Amino acid sequence: MSDGPAEAPLLAAERVTRTLPEGVTLVADISLRLARGEFVAITGPSGSGKSSLLYLLGLLDRPTEGRVLLEGRDTAELDAEELAALRLSRLGFVFQFHFLLPEFSTLDNVLIPIRRLGRLGAAAARARAMDLLAALGLDAAAAKLPEQLSGGMRQRAAIARALANDPALILADEPTGNLDTRNAAAVFDIFERLVREEGRTVVVVTHDSDLARRTFRRVHLVDGRVVRDGPTTG
Amino acid sequence: MRLLLDLARGMLARRRRQTLVSVLGVALGVAFFIATAALMRGFQTYFISQIIDVAPHVTIKDEMRDPPPQAATLAHPEGAVAIAGVRPQDRVRGIRAAGDKLAMLEAMEGVAAAPVLTGQALLRYGSRDVSVSIVGIDPARHARVSNIQKDMTQGRLDDLRATANGLVIGEALARRLGVGVGDTIAAISPRGVALSMKVVGLFRTGIQTLDQQQGYALLKVNQVLQDRPNVVNQIQLRLRDVTRAEPLAREIEARFGDRTESWEEQNQNFLTVFVIQNAVMYSVTGAILLVAAFGIYNIISTVVYEKTRDIAILKSLGFTERDIQLLFLVQGMVAGLLGAVLGCVLGAAMIEGLAQVRFGVEAPSGTDRFILARDWRVYVLASAFAVLAAGTAAVIPARRASRLDPVQVVRGAA
Repeated sequence: MSDGPAEAPLLAAERVTRTLPEGVTLVADISLRLARGEFVAITGPSGSGKSSLLYLLGLLDRPTEGRVLLEGRDTAELDAEELAALRLSRLGFVFQFHFLLPEFSTLDNVLIPIRRLGRLGAAAARARAMDLLAALGLDAAAAKLPEQLSGGMRQRAAIARALANDPALILADEPTGNLDTRNAAAVFDIFERLVREEGRTVVVVTHDSDLARRTFRRVHLVDGRVVRDGPTTG
Repeated sequence: MRLLLDLARGMLARRRRQTLVSVLGVALGVAFFIATAALMRGFQTYFISQIIDVAPHVTIKDEMRDPPPQAATLAHPEGAVAIAGVRPQDRVRGIRAAGDKLAMLEAMEGVAAAPVLTGQALLRYGSRDVSVSIVGIDPARHARVSNIQKDMTQGRLDDLRATANGLVIGEALARRLGVGVGDTIAAISPRGVALSMKVVGLFRTGIQTLDQQQGYALLKVNQVLQDRPNVVNQIQLRLRDVTRAEPLAREIEARFGDRTESWEEQNQNFLTVFVIQNAVMYSVTGAILLVAAFGIYNIISTVVYEKTRDIAILKSLGFTERDIQLLFLVQGMVAGLLGAVLGCVLGAAMIEGLAQVRFGVEAPSGTDRFILARDWRVYVLASAFAVLAAGTAAVIPARRASRLDPVQVVRGAA
């Protein structure tokens, strides 16, 4: 676990509630503070609001009540363009399905967010993408299309894409849901390395208790509410 | 923008067959537009150039556009009594002070003028009578306002001067009468004057009404035939710049009071038909492009439907609604642009193909092929319309794509 919420949080959810227009409440009154270097698992049974909470923390969705602060900035005050800019530069997403664009090579997929941000020139962007792929053991697969990769390789490519713009926070929604045990463990190895060696914050939604035990902190939801938030126990 | 273009290209390339069908639809629309325009404009341009070539650019006539106001009307413009049934005055004297007007007109920059007396006559050869219009001309001056000399197939205009009572007639008229150069025919005017006239030349303009019903004689000879000594009932002008015809005609009419008609006014009925023809042509080819645009709409809609997940991931990566909308708009425009380029090539090939068609019968234009206009502006117009139609067709699916909620998509895909 990190040093705890006493430090200025990277991300804070304050009494966040998300209710659909039909009246269904996905998450209710959740408060959460995430510091830099935390490795957090969001667990809970199906329909408990794990993914909904992740989308709220990832600024893909807006709370109907409460607020989400990223690096002290109240995101409720931001318009759609500003939220998109924050997602591009500060957040990285990994989903259960890899969502790599099938028309483009692995390298091109990783280059998409780098090119969209536009901070690096063509050569530097390519070097950055190749470094990421090499770090995840995909340098030989750079020119291959997603359909030519195995499931584990695709998910690693998706992680490389999430890391493309050097985000402070990685949000992963059931990233191992489609992987076998060996590949799932490999993905968690990568997350652990990102936290321990690079000081990033990783939040993972998972069903898998064994994998959840590898994180430092566990937030357990039931019926859209946090019923337990504390260090992961072995 | 480069990134969006790359993404658009990749998405279109992935659906190669669908894209090809849409591109071909646009290409056919553009090609038909170009080929039809070449046919229509070719004919119209030829027709107008013939008019400009054969007929004077401006004609001053010995009549008034409106009847001159009566003295009583001038004296009492607000009077309670209206004057009706005023009969037109027969101006036997023709254009007043024609010599002075001619001198003034000839002094103008870029204007050539020639006096003319036109009148009806009956040409008789043997037992055959044909009613024609005889144009009395000054050959030297007339050669400057008309290209009739160029259309002479036998003899020259100057032969009118060298022969007493010489007459130049259209080839078609000569055929109707059964005469040739050197034959003498009788000409009788409505006033009962009869002259023996010798055919000294033949012409062919390609315009049937002229070739069958018109003849040229010396001005003095026609004045005798029409029994209108020293009368000129028309002054014909030829301009270096034909586009000046209408404003100059208005200026002359305002100055001299004589009815003055430009070539546009004289051929307004044809020009109106051309406008209608063009409207029909552009409507039909526009409809083809519209159908092609539906093809573009279809492919972009399909791409949006199939790329729902990709749109969601792009949004989660930080692409804005505007980026997504632009991405699909670009795809529509790219398909339209490809179609336009291919259509231009196809259209050019169709024009060259049409140029090879031979009717086997010589048309009045002197050729047995289509008269085709090759104008780069038609290509630009067709391409611009195609790209615009394709872009417009992509707007709706692009907007739908931009409004996709990534959360709903990701949740549905999970």
